[in-house]
Amino acid sequence: MTANGITQIVLYLVILTVLAYPLGIYMTAVYMGTLRIPRWLAAPERGFYRLVGTSAEAEQGWKGYAKTSLVFMAVFAALLYLLLRLQGHLPLNPDGLASVNPWVAMNTTASFVTNTNWQYYGGETTMSYLSQMAGLAVQNFVSAAVGMAVLAAVIRGFARRSAGTVGNFWVDLYRSLVYVLLPLAAILAILLVSQGVVQTFHGAATATTVEGAQQTIARGPAASQIAIKQLGTNGGGFYNSNSSVPFENPNPFTNLLEMLSILLIPAAQVFMFGRMVGARRQALPVYAAMMAMTVIGLAVALPAEQHGSQVLRDSGVNLAAGDGSSGGNLSDKEVRSGIASTVNWAVATTNASNGSVNGGHDAFTAAGGAVPITNMFTGEVIWGGVGSGLYGMFFYIVIAVFVAGLMVGRTPEYLGKKIEAREIKLAVVGALFVPTMVLVLTALAISTSRGLASIFNPGAHGFSETLYAYDSQSNNNGSAFAGYGATEFSALLGSVGLWLGRFAPLVAALALGGSLAAKKTAPPSAGTFRTDGPTFVVLLVGVVILTAGLMIFPALTLGPIVEALQ
Amino acid sequence: MIRLLGRSALAVVVLTLVFGVAYPVIVTGFAQLVFSDKADGSLLERDGKVVGSRLAAQAFTQPRYFHPRPSATAPEYNAAATTFANLGPTNPDLAKAVRQRALAILKLERPYNPGLTIGDIPVDAVTTSASGIDPHISPANARLQAARIANARGLSPDRVSQLIDDNTDGRWLGVFGEPGVNVLELNLALDQETS
Repeated sequence: MTANGITQIVLYLVILTVLAYPLGIYMTAVYMGTLRIPRWLAAPERGFYRLVGTSAEAEQGWKGYAKTSLVFMAVFAALLYLLLRLQGHLPLNPDGLASVNPWVAMNTTASFVTNTNWQYYGGETTMSYLSQMAGLAVQNFVSAAVGMAVLAAVIRGFARRSAGTVGNFWVDLYRSLVYVLLPLAAILAILLVSQGVVQTFHGAATATTVEGAQQTIARGPAASQIAIKQLGTNGGGFYNSNSSVPFENPNPFTNLLEMLSILLIPAAQVFMFGRMVGARRQALPVYAAMMAMTVIGLAVALPAEQHGSQVLRDSGVNLAAGDGSSGGNLSDKEVRSGIASTVNWAVATTNASNGSVNGGHDAFTAAGGAVPITNMFTGEVIWGGVGSGLYGMFFYIVIAVFVAGLMVGRTPEYLGKKIEAREIKLAVVGALFVPTMVLVLTALAISTSRGLASIFNPGAHGFSETLYAYDSQSNNNGSAFAGYGATEFSALLGSVGLWLGRFAPLVAALALGGSLAAKKTAPPSAGTFRTDGPTFVVLLVGVVILTAGLMIFPALTLGPIVEALQ
Repeated sequence: MIRLLGRSALAVVVLTLVFGVAYPVIVTGFAQLVFSDKADGSLLERDGKVVGSRLAAQAFTQPRYFHPRPSATAPEYNAAATTFANLGPTNPDLAKAVRQRALAILKLERPYNPGLTIGDIPVDAVTTSASGIDPHISPANARLQAARIANARGLSPDRVSQLIDDNTDGRWLGVFGEPGVNVLELNLALDQETS
């Protein structure tokens, strides 16, 4: 760890908070319907509602909300699959790429509709401009907006009293897309182009190098897609090596912008939550708990990567930081990012369900690689995906107040709502379904010859690759130990994780929101466990670490821990 | 249910047109209007011909040029198929590759740097970059190669040092990221100096 490295990371967290706070206030207005919308913007909004047969005032119960969102996503998935399968016959394909094969198309469809962006393909060698723009980039917007919409509905469940409805899916979807994601993405895209991120419809460029060889340089409409893949916790790169490629992320300024974009909306949603439930102080412990877990991850990964891997240390080359070298484990990292920026990104992208990377995680040290695995395994509730992170955290919050209730012997409450058997059941399903599935899918992949065929690195690291693959897909992250290869088997197994990992928590969260909305709100009494103070931060962090940490620990033992001991 | 399917399909079409067509087309139009060089890939020209991009490493093997970091792409420095090496931290292949690269560097640089040992080689010189086209090397790596360049081109070490500094991209605001020497720009500057 260098002083500069720590400074970079601290500044990053401070700037993030400074940006997230006002965005949280703005988003509160968006979802409360109190945003003052100029007439020229109100007309298309009404038009969209008319098109889908609803109005801004119409309301849905949680079941109607869930059904609408699921059908909408199913239709979108069908279209995306067709587009990928037919891209070879469609326009905007200047580099003449073939149609995507059925297995990759199936996995990619699941991956993008679920806000994951796991990539079993290299972007510049597989996807036409049409597929990137009209297929994948659209999903980057829409899948993010679905998560944001569902979060708004669940928060209304906490805020409303004796209510039968939680909002209107179409309204929340439209407002997430047009009033939050689109303006942010447009601003970010322009900023990125101004720094050198490519944005062109000209095909690849050809250069005759200084030494006389030919070099083909892949280009395309990248900045517009990168902006939303960072903001919408999507993560799918335009290029195979994602944001490590200079055409996606040319300098330390764009690196900071892209890294801030990873956590901006999830962090803002915590502030939004406090305001929407009318108790701003309630947001602070949640924010503090997320920040604390981020710092824990950084505190493990940063020294590990700066120290370097055993192989590099044994080689005898100079790993020291300073004097014109960042030192450390620079394997599969870029010089301009160095150790601190790459570790910061790796932790942020797996706290969130983003999954974009600015360096290769497969080459991380054992401890450095264990942090992303553990971050994802929490269900990505440390900030988490846009919407999905905070609604995932609600499961842990419910469990935490339940545990506190057991300790003091009172009916647990949160924000004046009694937490009863139904809420506990939904929270347990929401919190434990995905981690359990990760372990089952990993076990299947590691105990079958077809599963083993995907492994690239020998020894314990091969197990880590497998664990990472199903952890990432089931939690809708999308980053990878990228040596793990695409086979029909792994694409199918991964697709199971992708779909179930998205929809099980989503439906459980909506059911929780619906159940809470129907309850009365009781005023706090002397015996109410306070959820707005430091005690609750400790309790919440403890519950997350105990729940997810104990489940992942045996698996970590087989992978990173064995590796660290080698 | 049928009605919901129909409405969803309509929504899909409209959203695809707005976010999949209008949004990227408008961003592209603006980008091409205001930042066309950057939007087209920061290409570098010499005598009217494109020689590469300032954002992509290219192969340099001659002793009179600075050499970029190792690349895992096939062939090396393929800017149309970027990739990581994905070798894990305990992989024997990584140990072998690092050792071979270090020995090759010692062989190349020792004649100009008497007493050079493996411990003088900065880590970026023996590890693959993440993109495979990392345009930068660390300043320490550039200094290691400077003596060879000075000798091959008959330049003073001070002048080579100066050119390295001129082509170093620093940290942003002095804090964020790491300094890196742009290899292609530095080599073009060298050619201009001694052609």
